[in-house]
This record gives sequence, C-alpha cells and structure tokens, in this order.
Amino acid sequence: MSETSVMKRFLRYHEFYVLIVIIILAIIITSVNKQFFTLENFFDLLKSYSFLGILAVGVLIVLISGGIDISFTAMTSVAEYVMAIYIINLKGNILIAFLIAILVGLALGAFNATLIHFLRIPTIITTIATLNIYYGLLSFFSGGKWIYSLPNWFRDFSVIEVIKLVNKEGIRYGLSIVTIIWIFVLLLAFCILRYTTLGRSIYAMGGNRISAQRVGLNILRLQFFVYCFMGFLSGIAAVVHALLVMNVAPNAIVGKELDVIAAVVLGGANLAGGAGSLLGTILGVTLVALMSNGITLMRVSSLWYNVFIGLIIIVSVCMSAHQLKIKQSQRAVIDIE
Amino acid sequence: MAEEFLLMKNISKRFAGVQALDSVDFSINKGEIHCLVGENGSGKSTLIKIISGVEQPDDGSEIYIEGERIESFQSIDTIRKGVEVIYQDLSLFPNMTVVENIAISQIIERGSRLFNWSDVRHISQEAMARIKIRLPLDEKVGNLSVADQQLVAICRTLTSDVRLLIMDEPTSSLTRKEVESLFSVIKDLQKSGIATLFVSHKLNEVFQIAERVTVLRDGKKIGTFNREELDNEKLTMLMTGKKVEYSQFSAPPTRGDPLLEVRNLSKERNFKDISFKLYPGEILGITGLLGSGRTELALALFGMNNPDFGEIYINRKKVLINSVQDAIKLGIGYLPENRLVQGLVMEQSIGKNIVVTVLDRLRGTLNLIDKKQVENSSNKGVSDLEIRIPSIDSPVSTLSGGNQQRVVLAKWIATQPKILILDGPTIGIDVAAKRAIHEIIRELANSGIGIVIISDEVPEVVPNCSRILLMRKGRIIGEFKAEDTSEEELQNLVNAG
Repeated sequence: MSETSVMKRFLRYHEFYVLIVIIILAIIITSVNKQFFTLENFFDLLKSYSFLGILAVGVLIVLISGGIDISFTAMTSVAEYVMAIYIINLKGNILIAFLIAILVGLALGAFNATLIHFLRIPTIITTIATLNIYYGLLSFFSGGKWIYSLPNWFRDFSVIEVIKLVNKEGIRYGLSIVTIIWIFVLLLAFCILRYTTLGRSIYAMGGNRISAQRVGLNILRLQFFVYCFMGFLSGIAAVVHALLVMNVAPNAIVGKELDVIAAVVLGGANLAGGAGSLLGTILGVTLVALMSNGITLMRVSSLWYNVFIGLIIIVSVCMSAHQLKIKQSQRAVIDIE
Repeated sequence: MAEEFLLMKNISKRFAGVQALDSVDFSINKGEIHCLVGENGSGKSTLIKIISGVEQPDDGSEIYIEGERIESFQSIDTIRKGVEVIYQDLSLFPNMTVVENIAISQIIERGSRLFNWSDVRHISQEAMARIKIRLPLDEKVGNLSVADQQLVAICRTLTSDVRLLIMDEPTSSLTRKEVESLFSVIKDLQKSGIATLFVSHKLNEVFQIAERVTVLRDGKKIGTFNREELDNEKLTMLMTGKKVEYSQFSAPPTRGDPLLEVRNLSKERNFKDISFKLYPGEILGITGLLGSGRTELALALFGMNNPDFGEIYINRKKVLINSVQDAIKLGIGYLPENRLVQGLVMEQSIGKNIVVTVLDRLRGTLNLIDKKQVENSSNKGVSDLEIRIPSIDSPVSTLSGGNQQRVVLAKWIATQPKILILDGPTIGIDVAAKRAIHEIIRELANSGIGIVIISDEVPEVVPNCSRILLMRKGRIIGEFKAEDTSEEELQNLVNAG
C-alpha cells in the first residue's frame, strides 16, 4: 500500500483526529509545564482515570447496542456502599469486596434490562428513572452518611504497585494495581467485541435492529447482556472508586454520568448505535484526562474545564457531520460528459 | 414437465375480518424465474410471508416442498428447506463490513460462540465466487451503492443451501445498468438450479426476466401465465380487472410569457447547462435514468440544492431560490421522490399534514393558529382531491399509497402554487390509483398551474405531458413533443444512456 493511501485510510477514522487533538494538547501543556511529560504524571493519570475508564467501557457497549444507560453512576454508588458496609461489618478480603459489588451491579443492571425489554420505553427514559430510584433508595437507607473506616487490608491493596520506579528527586512512584484492573476490563471488552459472536451481534443490533431480528438474533438476550455488563462494570468501578478515594460517600459519583458519556462520544461512539471502538474510548478518556490535568498543570481555573470539554465536543461532532456530508456528496456523483 | 420445488394448495389467510388470501394455488418449479404481480393489497406480501414462514396460513392450506408436506410453518423450517427472502430493505447492517454482513446468518446458524474472522472471510468469499462478483471485503456496507448492497444481500442467502430466492421489489432504487447486472446474477443462479420468485410492479422488467407470471388480485389468484402469453396491456388488465386507457394530454395553444425559465443552470457533479421554459397550463416531463441528474435539478428549483451558476426567471423576473422558503414564496410546490420520508409526517393526522405548508395563513386572534380555519382548509383539501379517509384525525400512515400521495398534493395545492414540481408522482402506487393521480394533475394544469413531472417511467410521461425533456448524465439531450413521440422510441433513447 502506498503512503498516500495509508494516509487516506487514517483520515477516514475518527480516532485519528482525536489522536491529533491529544498530541497538540500534550505539546501545549508540556511547553507550559515540563512536569506534564513525565512517566510519573502519566502513571498518575492512568491511575486516577481508571475509574472513569472502566465505566466508559460499559457505556461504549451500551451505545454500540443502540441504547443508552444513564443509571450507571447510581448503580456504582449503590454497589460501593453495599460493598463497604459488608466488608466493614462482615470482614472478608479484596475478592469478596469485588464479588459483592459485582453482584449488586449485576442485579441492578438486570433490573434495567428487564424494564427496557418488557416495557419497551426508550432506554434513556428508563435509565433516568432507575437512576433516581437507585440513588433515592441509597440516600434514604444510608441517610447520606459517609464511610471512612475501610479495613486496613483494603487500604493495603490500594497502594500495590506493579512496576516500581524512582524519579530524579528520589521519590518512588509506580504503575498502580488499579490501572491493571482497567487494562483487564479493556482486554475483556476487546475480546468480547471482536472475537465473540455475542460482540458482533451487539454491533449488528445497534446497526439495524429489525435486520438483527430477521437474521435470527435474540434481542432479549443481547439486551440483557448489554445492561448486565454495564452493571458488572459498575460493580468493578465501585471498588476501584473506593480504592482511589478511600472513603465512600453516597453522593460522590452521581452527577458524573455526562462526563463518562462525553468521553465515549468524543471517542467516536455514535449515539444512534452501531458505531464505536475501544481505541476511540481510550482516546476519549485520555482527552478528558488531559483537559482536566492540563488545566491544573497550566494553573488555569478548573472552572474552565467544562467550557473546554463542551467546545471539544462541538468541534468533534461538527467534524463527524462534515465527514458524513462529504461522503454523501461523493456518493451522488453524476459524471457529466 | 418441469419438477416442482414448491407447491401450495388452497392457501387462505384472514386478518381481522379481511380475507388477504382466498384459496390460492401456487407453484414454483426448480430453477425457475417466476414473477408475482398484483396491486397493493392484492395479497402478494401475505403470500411471501406464508412461503417464508413469517405468517401462518389458515387451516386447510397445504404446502409441499419437493413433494414433502410441510407441517409447521415456522421461518426456521422454511429456511432449512432452502427458502430465503430478500426484503425490500435488504436487512443489512450498514455499520458492519461486507464479510460480516454476508456471513452473519451462517455464523448464527452454526451457533458458535467465538467469532472466527478467517471462517467469516472464507464463507463470504465462497458466496461471492458463486455469482462471480468481487466486493471490497472490509468496506462498511453503508458505504456501498444500493446495487452492491443488494449483491451483499444475495451473497448472504448463498451462504446456506438456498433453493428458492424470494426478492421483494429488488429493482426499485437501481439504475438501468444495475438492473441488467442484477438480472444476469439471477440467471446465473438459475444455472445452478436456484429458483427465483421476483416481486415487482415494473411491468417491463417482469417481461424481461420472468418465465412465468402469477397475477393476484384482491387475494385471489387470477392465473399463472407464460411470459409469451402476456403483453403490457393484458397484464395491466389482469392486475386491475379493468381496462385502463390513456388519452393524450395537450396543453392549451395560447402560451404568452413563460411562467418559469431556466438558463444555463449548472452545478458541479449534478447537472450542466440546463435551459428550458415552462408555460402556464403546461405539463412538462423530465425523464432520464436514476442518476441522470433529474432529481438534483428538481431540488435546485426548490431551493434545496443551490446551483453553482445559471439563472432562473419567474414571470420574466430574475429570482434567487436559495431556500425552500424562497421557493414557496415564489409560488413553487415540490412533491418529493420519497413521500414517506420527505413529503409526509406519517404519524401525524391527515388534517395536520395538509395544512402544514400554510400555517401562516391560518392565524386568528393573538396570532395563534385558528382551529376553525385549519379544519376548513384541511377538509377542503380532502374533498377537492377526493381523498378517501377514515377520519381527518387519523394518521397518514393508515392510508394507501395513492391516498397518501393525494395528501401530499393537497398540501401543496393549499399554498395556491403557480408552479408544481412532481418528482416520481406515482412511484409505488397501483395502476388504477395512478390514473386518478394523473387526472388530478391534468386538472391542475387546466387551471393554469405550470407543472413539471419528473419520472423514469416513460409510459407515465408520454401520455400525461405536452413536452418532454430527456436528461442523461446531467444534461438535457433532447426535447420531444408528446404527440409526435412513441413510448417505445423514447424508452429506447432513455435506456441508451
């Protein structure tokens, strides 16, 4: 393949443009603050954004299937709270913490799936409703109380580092176990989406639901999987969140839905379903992370963060729309003699 | 005698009190190309659904495949017997690649949990090889032309052991050349013993491809005929049950100033050097194949496709039409090619659809929409065009194609236009309803409106227009007086492109 055609192939991918924006942004931030372009800062970003990254994977799959889930922050909050209460009162270990959180997440996700399938209401409305139900119940039963007294073994697990390094000033840093969990989630999702019939069927369902039924796909089963998987990842994210902040607050996560959805959409996932990639989602999360981290490092007021994210979303959507327009005008070619 | 693949006896189906099919006997031979024709509501689609197992026939119906009685009529059973349907929408996944689209039903049929990409490629390459075509394997299907998408759909059916391929209106959005290559694919399939049941309303295509033709009318079978026994007129008669005759439309002789004049209108990759005049009371036909630039030109006149250069005059005054609002202000109405998507709000009521273009004129006190005026206006539209409706508040989607098209016409007539551009005014409408629409168009012309009909159906254009422009590759290549032109002659010129 010649160089120009390789270039043209790249130009067709949304991910390519996001990558360019990320590189430009990284150059700008580095020119202002050298601290940015260090492995230490990179590892730190990977750690603190693994929570958002895990949820983004779930949202990506829901979007590909042609639906949307708003309730995942509430599912995460509920799972986190239940998990915390359990490990404080009934002891346990890190595996049990994950197990409890995942079970709670799965149960809530299954409830979403059931409502969505049998009531046939648009998913956005169903999950806005369940967001309020889950969060409302949590607020009521927890009384809004924060939990600080997480067990020591939990604290010990959170500081495990897989790669250990020392920087110029002699301060130790490393790649957090939390990042490994995110990578594990990414690999799992990659295998499902790419190498299982289930994963390809989710793309098919999102691309054209009626066709999917006609080729014999079981829509009920697919939807059940998609929303339960969102619940499953909410459970994992719940533990990761507790590991990162070392306390559990019922109101800490709800309200961040749009940040996650924005990251996924920035990565090229289509709100109408059928399109989106893990690479794009990783880049979307990276972009959001850079914006927020860069603003801090450049000592710009963090209040600007939302404005920038909004602007980037507008530019990105305009670019996609522009590409679509070019594509359509190319298709209507009439070769005039 | 040829061997029967499918034999259906005494097929009946009632839906909520409507007899959709009434003791129909039907058979398809092995490797035969069979056409099924009939008007909307004649039972064509019900019959297809029964063959494919989507609908269950009533008791007393018998279906045999290769002499073996089929007891349960589930989709999966008929598919296992080798019956595949390609629906009009092709049932493809635009977001997925060619190989995935071709192989997906086979992969699901096999029930494997893992998605083996090399298997998938293999399956689809094999299918493509069977009809000797090559499509870009990793291209997203949404980026392919409609014709190529159709080939993908055909390839998908070839991944299983297909014996009977049912195609529902496969040619409706293909250019002439693409139709030719589709037909050669069908004939290729025939050589390997695959029978095709072809549902179409384009009679000239039926004559070109079919070996036998079965005609349905009002749920009853009128008969199965060999192609040689039929001609256009006879087939129309069999489908409608009445003789449909056309008189030639002729424009009033007194002309005066042109209503609309277009000079050297051009747009890159759309059309070039278009010049013509339209006089009041005239029906001007613009014909040409799909992709000749006819629709692009129509959109330009309606402000939806701004030309690069050239001039438009209305009543001798130079005008700029940059938006639909401009066009409406200048008294232009446009009936789009695709009335379902562009012409109507399907779920809204008939009344609301009719008045949507004139809401500005229906304001009462406080500038709010006056309900009484809306009612009057929509009722007038319904009675003027004799639209048969259950009630003015029923959604448009409940109407037949012919009546839907009348609603679109009523909507534009309400604006009291001086110029009406009708793009494919009778696409997908029954023969009898077509005639009624043509009558309405003629009456409108007689009342002094200048009308442009854009259509690729020569039998529609010749009798209904006074002058005809022929477009090819974005240019007007000829002008014909309808009285001096035979349909055959013009059809040959159209196809020559």
